[in-house]
Amino acid sequence: MDLFSKKNKETFFTPLWVNNPVATQVLGICSALAVTSKLEPALVMGLSVTIIVALANVVISLLRNTIPNRIRIIVQLVVVAMLVTIVSQVLKAFAYDVSVQLSVYVGLIITNCILMGRLEAFAMQNKPWESFLDGVGSGLGYALILVIVGFFRELLGSGTLLNFRVIPECLYVKEGGFYMNNGLMVLPPMALIIVACVIWYQRAKNPDLQEKNN
Amino acid sequence: MKALRNFLDKVKPSFEEGGKFHAFRSVFDGFETFLFVPNTTAKRGSHIHDCIDSKRAMSMVVIALIPALLFGMYNVGYQHYLVHGEEASFWAMFLFGFLAVLPKIVVAYAVGLGIEFVVAQWRNEEIQEGFLVSGMLIPLIVPVECPLWILAVATAFAVIFAKEVFGGTGYNIFNVALITRAFLFFAYPVKMSGDAVWVAKDPLCCVGSENALLDGLTGATPLGQVSTGITEITNAVGASMSPMDMVIGLYPGSIGETSVIAIAIGAIILLWTGIASWKTMLSVFAGGILTAMMFNSIGANDVMNLPWYEHILLGGFCFGAVFMATDPVTSPRTECGKYIYGFLIGFVAIVIRCLNPGYPEGMMLAILLMNLFAPLIDHCFVQSNIKRRLKRANK
Repeated sequence: MDLFSKKNKETFFTPLWVNNPVATQVLGICSALAVTSKLEPALVMGLSVTIIVALANVVISLLRNTIPNRIRIIVQLVVVAMLVTIVSQVLKAFAYDVSVQLSVYVGLIITNCILMGRLEAFAMQNKPWESFLDGVGSGLGYALILVIVGFFRELLGSGTLLNFRVIPECLYVKEGGFYMNNGLMVLPPMALIIVACVIWYQRAKNPDLQEKNN
Repeated sequence: MKALRNFLDKVKPSFEEGGKFHAFRSVFDGFETFLFVPNTTAKRGSHIHDCIDSKRAMSMVVIALIPALLFGMYNVGYQHYLVHGEEASFWAMFLFGFLAVLPKIVVAYAVGLGIEFVVAQWRNEEIQEGFLVSGMLIPLIVPVECPLWILAVATAFAVIFAKEVFGGTGYNIFNVALITRAFLFFAYPVKMSGDAVWVAKDPLCCVGSENALLDGLTGATPLGQVSTGITEITNAVGASMSPMDMVIGLYPGSIGETSVIAIAIGAIILLWTGIASWKTMLSVFAGGILTAMMFNSIGANDVMNLPWYEHILLGGFCFGAVFMATDPVTSPRTECGKYIYGFLIGFVAIVIRCLNPGYPEGMMLAILLMNLFAPLIDHCFVQSNIKRRLKRANK
């Protein structure tokens, strides 16, 4: 068995851009709005989701032949809930500030549509290794959009990146300059507009993705 | 005129396919049709019932805005000299206001038309004329202390995201000028609300007063004062204002919105030329007056106690009713729909003023909200008309 066959590579790379869970499948939008006003929580959120999707995919894939069809959603939820709890506890232990910023949204990863979508659509039919690649790919695709949105929102909304000042203090009005932070960037609507711009760019680069007018 | 025509005809070939300035085709086209009525006619169908095309209609709106613009310039200068306690002649005040307002007009037009030209060239379409009006409206609905770069950012945002992504002029759901203002309001609240932005304090290009500011200066707009619990409305230096002062409009506010007289002249031009719908205009006022009367009779807070006629005279109510609510693109097409639409704008504007202390002025949000419902109002009326006629036909 070839671990990095062409098909496996495709499984890993398509969700990163062409079949991006946020931009193409339009899943997980709510958390993309909620946690992206700063870059750091966006990064942590993206990584948490990546880890959870990857591991949940592996676990479900291992169990896929023994899970009775009628209760498969319950089993999937239990697995995801366990992983979410572990990640949430790890964040509280080692990155307390970020976990405070993320507040309920770590717990709400359990309701993230990307998770159930990948488990149902992929892990229930495929072997563990492929499922792992698919999970990592989907998670990173989600993280990519979050980081793009978080980058612009933090840069234009607070003038910082990862809490380092990027736009120099001396340009600001209170220091005698002219510049002001864009308050709209900190509000959730702007996250939607940035996601829309990413989708716009992605569709322009991949004309196959454009919906046909009937 | 003839010489201009000849000149345009002479340079036209170099802008056509294969000419050396083909990249600027849309710009040339835009100027040519701006100056002259085009010779081309519609290929299909007979929709034409008037020789006035949309560029001519837009020009009429710009003309209707000029009284408000000129008065706004004068008022900017008047407020400036007033808060410095300096006497100045009419022309000195006007010159100061002119210097303060002109850069805003230039920036709004340059940014908006620049984006329109690029998009038209890119899509291989004609330049659309909608921005002629928006570019004039935008400077009139911002405070005088709004920095130019912020205005440029907001204009670019509104033209791209409220207009071009929907398909350009005639396809926008929201009024572009109001989206600009909404963007400014939420993105840079410090420069769009509060007490400090409505009066120009520093001299411009050596014009203006060098005196220190007077004591007891408020600089808050009348509605801003009311929402902070001041019951007796004063102008920028603390003298109380009568309803007549509110009609004349020499008080702090957005540049073009203060004078009811100037706006009324604009309204007459718009109604006389038939460009704006009197139904929308009338029903906005009806909605506003009735709602304000209703709140007067409740009277639970200071804003509710503001007499109904002052509600109508102050803030952006008149300006919004005349120039924003009647925008033919974003208001309903059905004649009955216009009554509902206008009435609800007046209603929502006063409700926001009275019930939300965070927003002293509700007109902008009311019009944007009703813009959103305009297609729904149209849909309901069209469907009910179809049903009624079907019933009649099947009888």
